Amino acid sequence: MSQGQYVAAAYGVVFAFVLVYVAIIAAKLVRLQRETAELLELVRRKDAATRRDPAPVVEARSEA
Amino acid sequence: MSTSAIRSVPGLALLTAGLMGSALVLALIVVPEDADQGISQRIFYIHVPIALTAYFCFGLGAWKALLLLWRGEERHDLESYVAIHQGTIFGALTLITGSIWAKASWGRWWLWSEDQLVLFLVLFLFYCAYFMLRFSLEDGPRRARSSAVYALFGVVLIPVSFLAIRLAEDLIHPTVFTRDGPQMSGSMFATFCVAWGAVTLLAYVLYRVELAGKRLDADLRDLREALP
Amino acid sequence: MTYLADVAALTRKDLRVELRAGDTLPAMLLFVLSTLVVFHFALPEGTGDDAAYGLLWVAIVFAALLGLARAWVPEQEHGVLDALVLAPSDRSAIWLGKTLATLAFLAAAQVVALPAFILFFAPLDLTAIAGVLLADIGICAVGSLMAAMASAGRSRELLLPLLVLPLAIPLIVGGVGAAISPESERYLLLLALYDGVFAVLSWASFEYVVTEHSS
Repeated sequence: MSQGQYVAAAYGVVFAFVLVYVAIIAAKLVRLQRETAELLELVRRKDAATRRDPAPVVEARSEA
Repeated sequence: MSTSAIRSVPGLALLTAGLMGSALVLALIVVPEDADQGISQRIFYIHVPIALTAYFCFGLGAWKALLLLWRGEERHDLESYVAIHQGTIFGALTLITGSIWAKASWGRWWLWSEDQLVLFLVLFLFYCAYFMLRFSLEDGPRRARSSAVYALFGVVLIPVSFLAIRLAEDLIHPTVFTRDGPQMSGSMFATFCVAWGAVTLLAYVLYRVELAGKRLDADLRDLREALP
Repeated sequence: MTYLADVAALTRKDLRVELRAGDTLPAMLLFVLSTLVVFHFALPEGTGDDAAYGLLWVAIVFAALLGLARAWVPEQEHGVLDALVLAPSDRSAIWLGKTLATLAFLAAAQVVALPAFILFFAPLDLTAIAGVLLADIGICAVGSLMAAMASAGRSRELLLPLLVLPLAIPLIVGGVGAAISPESERYLLLLALYDGVFAVLSWASFEYVVTEHSS
């Protein structure tokens, strides 16, 4: 490998690391999206349940 | 909790992009080539800033650890962890770019005579053990404090190891290879500064993004537990 | 002063347990001797004495790890550590007591191992032995803290060497340097610096590592 190619390799590795990082964040976003959807579903189901059966409601607390 | 803190990050990220772009142009195109070492010297502009940034991250992690032990606020645990995580990633990058530079300059992938590389190897091992420690302990104040104490040991280890490695060189290898030659010219120094700023900012942006992601994780978990 | 009395009591407890059970010290001793013999076969013909000094230090470090593990495992298994932490004494006394006890075991093992080394391999002068003693202090001090950290988690036998080895590197440099370098004072100074800094740090932070609540 020529000297110039080593330079390219060094900078390229850094670039690759950053891109891998972006990919990991994207994957995390997908997972967070899924979890939020599940939680939303849970809330909707609870809402529907308490409307059918009006027992004392425990409000879902959300962390600010 | 502090997801609002993410608001400033896109701006910072754009600034990083600009700085990084300038740094790349300066380092690869604009700055004159070193007479002695040739084109491989250009690796210096990315390798050294990454090394310095890794130290910065370890320092940040130790600072947050100190805050945790001192003030006892739980959020510092995650901040310390993420900082050290960043430091380890940049540390690995330091070893990789350093190795490439060694190969390009002196024909070998590893040189025990290169103080900085050896120091980073020791630190890398140390901080990898940090994660082993964290994974083996249950989540809770004990894990947070043990991690914090370990992180503090890390920064104390840096100067002590450096001393030890310098002394060790006399035992093992006479210093045959000298580092980057004489004083940097003005344009080289300016390029180095831009690159250093860019990499440090990059690490900080990644730190904030990762921290926000982990906080979001924790918030969602709390939410899930709050819903019966 | 009750602090020193506590430390003395804890150290005595460990030493007494060992004298009664008598398994740690012989094990460490045998380990070091066996390792030295293995080294003889591991070193190729014509290797200088210097290599032997290097290997001596490897043997010492691993023997210390053995001793540290043995000093902390029974505490964890029988919940002794938790009981000690609840006791109304300064927690750092626990660390000091353990460190002194482990130091005693390590030194006792070396009383036999070092002459064996001189017999099998190469002579050891005063500075080399001073190096061994200083490094003993360092490794026991740091090792006790790391062992306490690891004891709360899973796979603690595996974790302890991982935590201790990077920290032991300056000690090995100091020890080997004290043995083979003509400028051995620099290495002894390094060891003394290490001991001073890390012993104080370990002593001060032990409290945080073993308690659950804010002090």
